[in-house]
Amino acid sequence: MSKKPTSLIALIVFWLYVVLPLIWGVSATIKKALALFA
Amino acid sequence: MSAFFSKSHITADSGYSRWMVPPSALAVHLCIGQAYAFSVFNDPLTRIIGISESVPEDWKLTTLGWIFSLAIVFLGLSAAFGGKWLEKVGPRLTMFVAACCFGSGFWLSALGVSLHQIWLVYLGYGVLGGIGLGLGYVSPVSTLIKWFPDRRGMATGMAIMGFGGGAMIGAPLAVGLMEYFKSETSVGVVETFMVMGSLYFVSMLIGALTIRIPPENWQPAGWVAPAVSNKMITKAHVHIDQALKTPQFYLLWLVLCLNVTAGIGVLGQASVMIQEMFKGTVTPAAAAGFVGLLSLFNMGGRFLWSSFSDYLGRKNTYYIFFAVGAMLYSLVPSMGMAGNKTLFVLLYALIMSMYGGGFSTIPAYLADIFGTRYVGGIHGRLLTAWATAGVLGPVLVNYLREYQLAQGVAKADAYNVTMYIMAAILVLGFICNWLIKPVHEKHHLKHDDFDELEGVYPKGGKA
Repeated sequence: MSKKPTSLIALIVFWLYVVLPLIWGVSATIKKALALFA
Repeated sequence: MSAFFSKSHITADSGYSRWMVPPSALAVHLCIGQAYAFSVFNDPLTRIIGISESVPEDWKLTTLGWIFSLAIVFLGLSAAFGGKWLEKVGPRLTMFVAACCFGSGFWLSALGVSLHQIWLVYLGYGVLGGIGLGLGYVSPVSTLIKWFPDRRGMATGMAIMGFGGGAMIGAPLAVGLMEYFKSETSVGVVETFMVMGSLYFVSMLIGALTIRIPPENWQPAGWVAPAVSNKMITKAHVHIDQALKTPQFYLLWLVLCLNVTAGIGVLGQASVMIQEMFKGTVTPAAAAGFVGLLSLFNMGGRFLWSSFSDYLGRKNTYYIFFAVGAMLYSLVPSMGMAGNKTLFVLLYALIMSMYGGGFSTIPAYLADIFGTRYVGGIHGRLLTAWATAGVLGPVLVNYLREYQLAQGVAKADAYNVTMYIMAAILVLGFICNWLIKPVHEKHHLKHDDFDELEGVYPKGGKA
C-alpha cells in the first residue's frame, strides 16, 4: 500500500458518490411531505 | 484471494485520511436501508398475474407480509451470529458477503416473481437479503469507532443515518424503475428487482473495496485521550462471550428494545393515526407526506443525537430519550383532541428523531461500557433487541387499538391509551438506563487471555 496521503479530490469524489443519491432521496421525501401542509 | 480480504491487507498506512471511512460505511448502509421501503412493492406484487388488478391466483398482502418479517428475523440472527466472525475476519470480507447476499437476494426474488413461486421470494429477499442486512449493518460500526476514538457517536451516527436514508433513495428508485419497466404483460417488478440487486451489489462492493482499518494503537493526530477518566468509559476490553455474562449487556438490550418498541409501534401506525385523529382535514396523500417527514426526522436524529452524545455522554443522552420521550408521548393525545395539527406533527417528529437516535447511539454506548476491541460482535448480539421490538411494537399497538375499539371507544380516541402505555414503556427504559454501571473488572480481558480473534496470546502472555 502506498504511503502518500489521501488526495483531496478522492475524498470529495467519494463523499459526493454517497451524498448525491441521499440528497435526491431527501428532496423527493420533502416534496411528498409538503402535501401535509398544502 | 483470502489475503485480499484479510485485516492486514486493509490496514491503512499513516497517510490515509480517516474521512474516507464514513463514505465506505454509507455505501453499504444506504443500500441496505432500502429494506424500510420494501412496502412499495406490496401493491404490484399482488397484481403479478392480473396486471391491472389483483385476481384470485395472485398473492395476498398477508402472504407478502412475511417477506419483510423474514428479512428482519434474519437480520437479527445474522448480526448476532456473524458479529463474532466479523471481528475475526475484518470488515472487508463481511461487507463483501453482505453485498453478495443482498444482491443475490434481489436476483433470486426476481426469479421467484417470474415463476410466481413465493418460497423463492422468501428465500431470496427474506433469508438471503436478511443475512445481507444483518452483516452489512454491523460490518462498519467497530471500524468507525476505532477510526474516531474522539467522536465515536458522530462516526457511528453517520453510518446508521445511512440506514435511515436508504429508504428515501430506495422508495423513489423502485417506483421509477417499475414505472419504466411496466407493460401490458408485466408490472415491472422482475426487471426492477434485477436492476436494484445489481446496483446495490456494486455499491456495497465499492464499500467493501474501500474500507480500511487503522493500525494497532492508532490515534488521530494531535488527539490525546482525556486525562480525567470518565468511569462510564472504560479503557479495558470485554470479550464478546464474556459480555453476555454481565448485567450491563442485558440492561442495554432492554434499553434498545424498549426505545425501539415504543417508536416502531407508532411509526407503523402513523399514517392511519393522523387520518383518524384529524378526520376530514388530513387526506391519504397528506398522511403519506407525514410518514415521509417522520423518516426525515428518524434519519436526522440518527446523526444529530449520536453526535450530541459525544458531549452529553451516552447515559445522559438515553435519559433524554426516555424522559422527554415519555413526556412527548403523553402530550400526543392532548394535541390530537385540541385539533392542533402542527404541534401534533412536531411532537411526532421529535419522537422519531429520538427513536433513530437510540439506534445510532447504542454502538458508542457499548464501546464505552465494553471497550472497542469486540464492540462489533457485541453490537451484533444486541441487535436481537431490535428484531424482538420489531415484532413486539406493532403487535402491542395493534392489540391495544383493537381492544379499545371492541370496548366502544371512538376511532379517533383509540390511540390515547396506546400513547400512555408507550410512555410507560419509556419510563421502564429510563430505569434500565439508570441501573447501568461500569462493568466489573473481573470481566475485563486479562493480559494473558488468549485472543481468539488474532489467534495469538498478546505480547507478554503465556505461550
